[in-house]
Amino acid sequence: MRPGSGAVLVLTLLAGLAAAGSARAQDAATPQACDVPPYLLSTESTLPKVAEAVKNARPLTVLVVGSRSSTILASESSAYPAKLQAALKEKLPSIPVNLSVELQTGKTAEEVDPGLVKLVEAKRPTLVIWQTGTVDAMRSVDPDDFRSAIDEGVVALQNAGVDVVLVNLQYSPRTETMISAPPYLDNMRVVAQQHSIPLFDRFAIMRHWNDAGDFDLFSTFHGTDMAKRVHACLGRALSKFVLDAARLDQAQQN
Amino acid sequence: MSSIADPVAGTPRSDAATAPDAKAAAASSAPAIALPVAGERELRLDLFRGMALWLIFIDHLPTNILTWFTIRNYGFSDATEIFIFISGYTAAFVYGRAMLEAGFVVATARIMRRVWQIYVAHVFLFTIFLAEISYVATRFENPLYSEEMGIMDFLKQPDVTIVQALLLRFRPVNMDVLPLYIVLMLFLPIVLWLLKWRADVGLALSVLLYALTWHFDWYLTAYPSGFWIFNPFAWQLLFVFGAWCALGGAARMSRILSSPVMLWICIAYLTFAFFVTLTWHIPQLTFLMPKRLEQWMYPITKTDLDVLRFAHFLALAALTVRFLPRSWSGLKSPWLRPLILCGQHSLEIFCLGVFLAFAGHFVLAELGGGAVTHALVSVAGILIMWGVAWVISWYKHSADKGASKTKGTVINADMAGGSA
Repeated sequence: MRPGSGAVLVLTLLAGLAAAGSARAQDAATPQACDVPPYLLSTESTLPKVAEAVKNARPLTVLVVGSRSSTILASESSAYPAKLQAALKEKLPSIPVNLSVELQTGKTAEEVDPGLVKLVEAKRPTLVIWQTGTVDAMRSVDPDDFRSAIDEGVVALQNAGVDVVLVNLQYSPRTETMISAPPYLDNMRVVAQQHSIPLFDRFAIMRHWNDAGDFDLFSTFHGTDMAKRVHACLGRALSKFVLDAARLDQAQQN
Repeated sequence: MSSIADPVAGTPRSDAATAPDAKAAAASSAPAIALPVAGERELRLDLFRGMALWLIFIDHLPTNILTWFTIRNYGFSDATEIFIFISGYTAAFVYGRAMLEAGFVVATARIMRRVWQIYVAHVFLFTIFLAEISYVATRFENPLYSEEMGIMDFLKQPDVTIVQALLLRFRPVNMDVLPLYIVLMLFLPIVLWLLKWRADVGLALSVLLYALTWHFDWYLTAYPSGFWIFNPFAWQLLFVFGAWCALGGAARMSRILSSPVMLWICIAYLTFAFFVTLTWHIPQLTFLMPKRLEQWMYPITKTDLDVLRFAHFLALAALTVRFLPRSWSGLKSPWLRPLILCGQHSLEIFCLGVFLAFAGHFVLAELGGGAVTHALVSVAGILIMWGVAWVISWYKHSADKGASKTKGTVINADMAGGSA
């Protein structure tokens, strides 16, 4: 808004663009690296139940509650939950790691809420990973309602005695003109902050990969190949995130 | 869209010279003249409206380097606030005078004609949007996004969708501003009448409506579910406030605005907002934010025009008015010319911006492309906006000279093509 130098600023900018741009493009030269900057994987919030289970060498049971973006149609074993399990097993070789996925296809957070506690009672997990927001964004549910729905869900889960990790929307550039993600991202962040639970920022991470050139998420690629690679990277990142939040990173890693 | 005033500004040309009340000093300048001579048009309004148009365009594109130059990254409010405020200001300025000179009925009639133009522009944009979506829906099948692609399901029932779009209830992303504008303009006659009668009462009523909206959570529903992204019951505050300023409020506030206390309050608040925003971009800094403050402050809703956003806009506006006098020579500089030109044809350029944002997404999707392409698309879009604004003003000043004043939108003008 600094009008004085408006146009000059813009022009200077343009001049600088080419340079900055090409520098960026070079970074992109190494595909599939899918590194995640540390700040996207660190959290102040903790996962005490997970930490306790690992320290006492009890089995770690993880329940993933999510919508369709928590799976890849027809190849579930390549989706991020399975990859997460594999990575956790690798990093925590001394204890059994169980993981189950409960897909709530097409349900908003509010519609998922009532079933959450029942799921927990049935599966007795240590950690619930709740991926949500996509359906709400697609149906443009009132963000306030969305917030109170997640809030209720998180409280119910915490009361049921499990650790909770929230996973937000995918970064989906193709549908950016159709689905407005920001209000839902913001509200998930708010709820996570209020309850001091870790939020796995899938959106920011995927956007980082897209910007860095690891994945071209704009691509019209038809096969499941890219989906599998993205999910593999997501699973690995999520495992790091969970271990970091449980403060197990240094202690337990081989 | 704020441009409402523009075309209209062209119509009641003569009136400009006689300011409604001498006191409207701040408002004053803006003789609505659109002739080449361009009299004493309030260039600051055009400048900032043009800037808002550029920023809105950039914000509608996928994130790229230029995005870092948009104000939403440095504080709570963004270009939408500037846009709506200036819209209210110019609308009141132009139609307020019409109301004074030609009476309520004539002014209302002119406003309704403007509403119609905006509505047509909105429908036009929707058509383009439909075309883009339909294309993407049939071409794009990345299994990674099978869930997100479900959004295309509305294409399966065009009978409902299109009717809902015509009723302004179905609005794709980025197409929320024009419907808000249409509603605000629809009520402009009443607002103007109130402000003319007792300006402060009018403003007070607007504040009251805003407060009640927050208290009772009023909103307009949308199709297929949800609500209007820009809640008109809340955003009217900014529009009415703009109108109030145009009709003499700004002049009456000038004392307060120029006081040093005000200056420091504004600076303090903007600094505060800047640091808060910084923690959004650099999550490592979040630990600096007191938890209490976070819980009280968040979420800062755009839908209901959060008070923090409104205050942020006010602070920005106060500083701008203070440090950028109407007589500032820079306003005549060729460097700012592109911005001012765009600001002078805001409805056309706004629509063009929305279209270019669609087109930009489309190009990026088809070409793929990294940071450079992204930035190039933004820059190209801005150049196109400038070019079209130039062409429109050429039409107004040269091609249509002598002919009856056109009030056509850019769309018409474009269609008319070389015939002129």
